[in-house]
Amino acid sequence: MFYTIKELIEQSKAYPSVAELMIATEIDNTGRNKQEIRQLMERNLEAMEASINKGVAGVKSLTGLTGGEAKKMDDYLQAGNFLSGDLVVTAVRNAIAVNEVNAGMGLICATPTAGSAGVLAGVLFAIRDRLGLSHDQQVDFLFTAGAFGLVIGNNAGIAGAEGGCQEEVGSASAMAAAAAVLASGGTVEQASYAVAITLQNLMGLICDPVAGLVEIPCVKRNAMGASQAMVSADMALAGLTSVIPTDEVIEAVRRVGEQMPSAFKETAEGGMATTPTALRLKEEIWGTDDK
Amino acid sequence: MAEVRFNSVFDIIGPVMVGPSSSHTAGATRIGRVARNIFGEQPEKVTIYLYGSFAKTYHGHGTDMALVGGILGMDPDDTDLRNSLKIAYEKGIKVGFVPKTDLTEHPNTTKIVLKNSEHKLTIVGESIGGGNIRIVEIDGFKVSLSMSHPTYVVIQNDVPGVVASVTDLLNREHINISTMTVRRNGKGSQAMMIIEVDEIRHSIETELKDLPNILSARYFE
Repeated sequence: MFYTIKELIEQSKAYPSVAELMIATEIDNTGRNKQEIRQLMERNLEAMEASINKGVAGVKSLTGLTGGEAKKMDDYLQAGNFLSGDLVVTAVRNAIAVNEVNAGMGLICATPTAGSAGVLAGVLFAIRDRLGLSHDQQVDFLFTAGAFGLVIGNNAGIAGAEGGCQEEVGSASAMAAAAAVLASGGTVEQASYAVAITLQNLMGLICDPVAGLVEIPCVKRNAMGASQAMVSADMALAGLTSVIPTDEVIEAVRRVGEQMPSAFKETAEGGMATTPTALRLKEEIWGTDDK
Repeated sequence: MAEVRFNSVFDIIGPVMVGPSSSHTAGATRIGRVARNIFGEQPEKVTIYLYGSFAKTYHGHGTDMALVGGILGMDPDDTDLRNSLKIAYEKGIKVGFVPKTDLTEHPNTTKIVLKNSEHKLTIVGESIGGGNIRIVEIDGFKVSLSMSHPTYVVIQNDVPGVVASVTDLLNREHINISTMTVRRNGKGSQAMMIIEVDEIRHSIETELKDLPNILSARYFE
């Protein structure tokens, strides 16, 4: 098992890839065999792809607060006249799709949580065709992301209630950036820099769900996480590095999470959640407190 | 290094689940499912008490549908979860929700009471995040079950020799016990045994049930 990014990099040298290190570690920790482990991950991959397709076709959440915007992004993408590159727009569309499906009680794969499920799926299925990733390579992408996610989870956290959105969408975005670097032929060191760049850029991001629901601003925060992952991966692949070592950045995320007031940790007591419109929506959805 | 909380890649990538919230939806489904599995059959009447955050937001998060779906035997990835209230109604199961203001140890707590003409089961569960749960009470027995290890829940007559016969069976099957808890309501009545084992193996639920004085045995993976 690896507990730091430094250990992950060192240990991965003994394996053909980070994905293979992750699988070997999983065999050690759970006693499951390689075939079982790969099959479990294949199921996650299938669920991710299905959730994108469903969201792009158009869904509505239970409350009606979100939904239908992945379809709008898809129309925009198909029209071909956009500012950022097609892969970024595709990643954004995918991420919105998954989180709209999540809000509509549809099937998603939590990566690392349900509220941040759009980021990794968004990035993977945006770059898959460009990179020509085979089925096995797509499964490896998830093992790679999981390896970096384990280190972030164990040294900082993956729950908005504990450390704000920086630990949910932030973790997801960092995982996606690292996996994208390796899928593009980058080195594990470059993947580590992509994690550091991403977490620095998302540091301090609060969790402020309107009416306590995983909808606003979560859906679009996933879009942001997916696009940041793409940009971080490009920076790392271009040879940009991080002066602050990745493990120190992760440690800083933990500290910021601890210092963050509880109003910004999924309690819906701050940020977007306490805007006048959010308070009105909350009352419309839940009724008054003494109901 | 703060604390090693995640050991498996599937703690980070997964579970596949119905949204929107791993604690309010996936965790709630798992609590309902455990209740149903221990009860062992379809209940006629279900009363669900909700505490803390569950009491405030159970409707919009789909916690109500998730709990009932679990009680119907659904898993967190069952896309029929959103129809569970209707399905329960069609099966003639009476379902009631009672939001409570009492303070509980954990903000996401529920007490589920399942009944039919012969049995009644009361189970208290907490949804502790990321779809993980803890069962803290079964029929008045205080327990602490994470259901994250393979676990057997056995109800038996409180007579001598039952525990030995169970551990003997596990021994013969080369199954190593990691923790074991034995509780009883009163001398000579019924007792409950909760056995967490090390590795995922084939279930010996049927063999356990066939032992003398065992009233029920359930296996959770």
